[in-house]
Amino acid sequence: MNVELREIYKSFGPVHANNGINLKIQAGTIQGILGENGAGKSTLMKILSGFFRADQGEILLDDRLVSIHSPSDAIHHGVGMLHQDPLDFPPMRVIDNFILGHKGGLSTGQAEANRDFKKLSEQFSFFIDPDAYIDSLTVGERQQLEILRLIWLGARVLIFDEPTTGISAAQKVKLFEALRLLAQQGKTVLFVSHKLEDVEGLCTGVAVLRQGNLVGEVKQPYSTKKLVEMMFGKDIAVGERNPCSADDITVSLSKLSIEDYRLKVREVNLDLHCGEVIGMAGMEGSGQGLFLRAVGGMAHTVGGKILIGGRDLTGRSYQAFKKYGVAFLPAARLEEGLVPGLNLTEHFILAEKATGFFINWEKGHLLAEKRIKEFDVRGTPENTVESLSGGNQQRALLALLREPLNLLLLEHPTRGLDIESTIYIWNKLKERCKSGTSILFISSDLEEILQYSDRVLVFFSGKVTPALDSTTLTTEKLGELIGGKGWTESSSGGGE
Amino acid sequence: MRKNTWINLGFQVGALLLALLITTLILVAVGAPPIKSYLSIVKGAFGSTRNVVAVLITWSPLLLTTAGVLVTFSAGLWNIGMEGQMTMGAIFATGALRLFQNTSIPPAMIIALGILAGILGGALWAALAGALKTFGGVNEIFGGLGLNFVATALTIYLVFGPWKRPGVGSMSGTQPFNKILWLPTLPGTELSLWSLGISILVIGLVYLLLRGTHFGLRLKAVGKNSRAAFLMGVPTWQYSIFAFLLCGAFAGLAGGIQVTGIYHRLLPNISNGYGFLGLLVAMLVNYQAIWAIPIAFFFAALNFGSVQLQIQYKLDSSFAGVLQDLLVLLVLLGEGARQKLMKRR
Repeated sequence: MNVELREIYKSFGPVHANNGINLKIQAGTIQGILGENGAGKSTLMKILSGFFRADQGEILLDDRLVSIHSPSDAIHHGVGMLHQDPLDFPPMRVIDNFILGHKGGLSTGQAEANRDFKKLSEQFSFFIDPDAYIDSLTVGERQQLEILRLIWLGARVLIFDEPTTGISAAQKVKLFEALRLLAQQGKTVLFVSHKLEDVEGLCTGVAVLRQGNLVGEVKQPYSTKKLVEMMFGKDIAVGERNPCSADDITVSLSKLSIEDYRLKVREVNLDLHCGEVIGMAGMEGSGQGLFLRAVGGMAHTVGGKILIGGRDLTGRSYQAFKKYGVAFLPAARLEEGLVPGLNLTEHFILAEKATGFFINWEKGHLLAEKRIKEFDVRGTPENTVESLSGGNQQRALLALLREPLNLLLLEHPTRGLDIESTIYIWNKLKERCKSGTSILFISSDLEEILQYSDRVLVFFSGKVTPALDSTTLTTEKLGELIGGKGWTESSSGGGE
Repeated sequence: MRKNTWINLGFQVGALLLALLITTLILVAVGAPPIKSYLSIVKGAFGSTRNVVAVLITWSPLLLTTAGVLVTFSAGLWNIGMEGQMTMGAIFATGALRLFQNTSIPPAMIIALGILAGILGGALWAALAGALKTFGGVNEIFGGLGLNFVATALTIYLVFGPWKRPGVGSMSGTQPFNKILWLPTLPGTELSLWSLGISILVIGLVYLLLRGTHFGLRLKAVGKNSRAAFLMGVPTWQYSIFAFLLCGAFAGLAGGIQVTGIYHRLLPNISNGYGFLGLLVAMLVNYQAIWAIPIAFFFAALNFGSVQLQIQYKLDSSFAGVLQDLLVLLVLLGEGARQKLMKRR
């Protein structure tokens, strides 16, 4: 089915998410929609799939004007969307999810559905047990289920919103095969992503969005440099690593032991130098999270000492750690870091030391304006934090940090962010380091760990390597350690 | 922004009209003439100076409980225990008055001590609910509800037990205090300017507190996301407890005023439902303390006005409650519908 979007406008308050977008997509092609976070990709796709209604504009399917008011309207017209987080019902079985949303009488037609499910699965070489419960599936498998379901419901236009986030390399290969097959069958595939590599490898053509505008369309073959330029409007140089120079030790951990109900981290020795960055790698739940929170005074330690700036803070509360210059930026920005419902000005006032009983709103507003500019947050002082995109929320969190800091603890500082935001955030962090702050961060992105850390700790089911010089490491070596290979007895326990 | 304000207002007016429509249908169903019934409510509330004074008397404790609820609401807490806190305030105030009534302390001082004791009683009772929540993991709704029953039981025990009237204890309460221990009222009425003044002062203070102070902002942060507030350095559980204390203090103040200004004794059900009514007002004004002033007045007028209905049409005066509850329900419903619609567009 040919898709045409004409003059699509959509604003959220003062933010123009889509600013008069025109786009034509041929049936049987895979159309890439590329742009950084907050460029308006998801909004445009949600308009096409009925989750939002455009302020203005027209949608044409096979040259026929249609009005789409809800996702069920959309599927009725043959448009289906796979969201970043699959919208399924975890306590239900695969086959029940498959049937859900199907228009039919009282009888659900189990037998027929089972037959169709099997046939479609074979067509795409997906292997999902129809009787399995959704909770037992991986994100990749849930995606596969959703693809089958949409096709069964009659989707001829399929929209994929950042589908390669959170799935394994093997599943990505399979997903791409499925998308190509869909295109061959004459279906229209829209592939939304901020990952250049994925778009370049898959799409027949790419439309690039920036700040709500369609910057341009490109056909194969692509030039990466050109795409980056279109996405960000300027060249971006990848940041350089800061060689550790200072001799001062800001944080010293000796024989630190931490326990929770399922994991023990034993006797870690570590000295953090002034301005040093230490990355922590490991499978989720290998002890790095617990370790990070213990060093911030948020998890109980069972032995050893924590010295911050020479002061023994072992066993003290988070408030004490905060007072002596430790800050923590959680991965769950809206759940733990920011207060939804409050605007940026209110956040800056909260984060500053309170002077007096009454709030000086004018001063707060000026402060917010200044920091917003300094940290390039795309929003106004009156914007509530939940109205910002992920990258801007992370910038806001950084902007909220008080000066000066001894130690900055970060959980997945750039998870879900595009290249520009990632580089920007690390530049800001490196500025912090120059002023003497040490950084301890967790990331599941090995490239990020190698690129920005001076030294690296690897965690494997509670065991910790000594701090390894990142210049001697490779992603392969790191990958092995994360998977539990290449550990010697002496490498557990940590130390200088 | 401007446009949104109008849309909000539209939904609220719509909810009001719908509530009126439904109550009208109910009136028709029970055989009362709707227009005349509404007129009799209006007449009941404003028909004479005496009636207006009675509305003002109802208004004052309602403002206090609303002020309290607004504080706990902001901290994300459902202080359902206002009734109990108000009752406890009344008990403490009565206790203080009984303790000092036969001493040489000047009467004005005794009244002040009684009201202060009321504040203390309410605050302590609320602190108990807060402590149960913070340290015991008991949801404040259950804790508050439980403590309401305990406070009621304690009142009945006191009225029929240690504090009973000479002779036989009765539901009409303890022996009234000597007139010199009554809060001064306007001549010929039961309206105390002190009580009215204090109530308006308190709601004004809460307005300032929530709007313009660091304390209020932190309270809101705790209410909206206590985890993030904690990481930003707000001592969260202390703020929760403090919100309870403050709310309890206002409820206790209302209880103390009921004793010193209105009933001059302790009697069962002295809280008179003001705690719950305050909850309704607070829900209706959606955190905006300044609006509590007219809305609480409107509710007070409805409450007193509907007494007329009982007299004229043999309708129970709880009819006001039907209209109030419907109104809150429909406004909340309208808000839900609005959010849903705005999201879609």
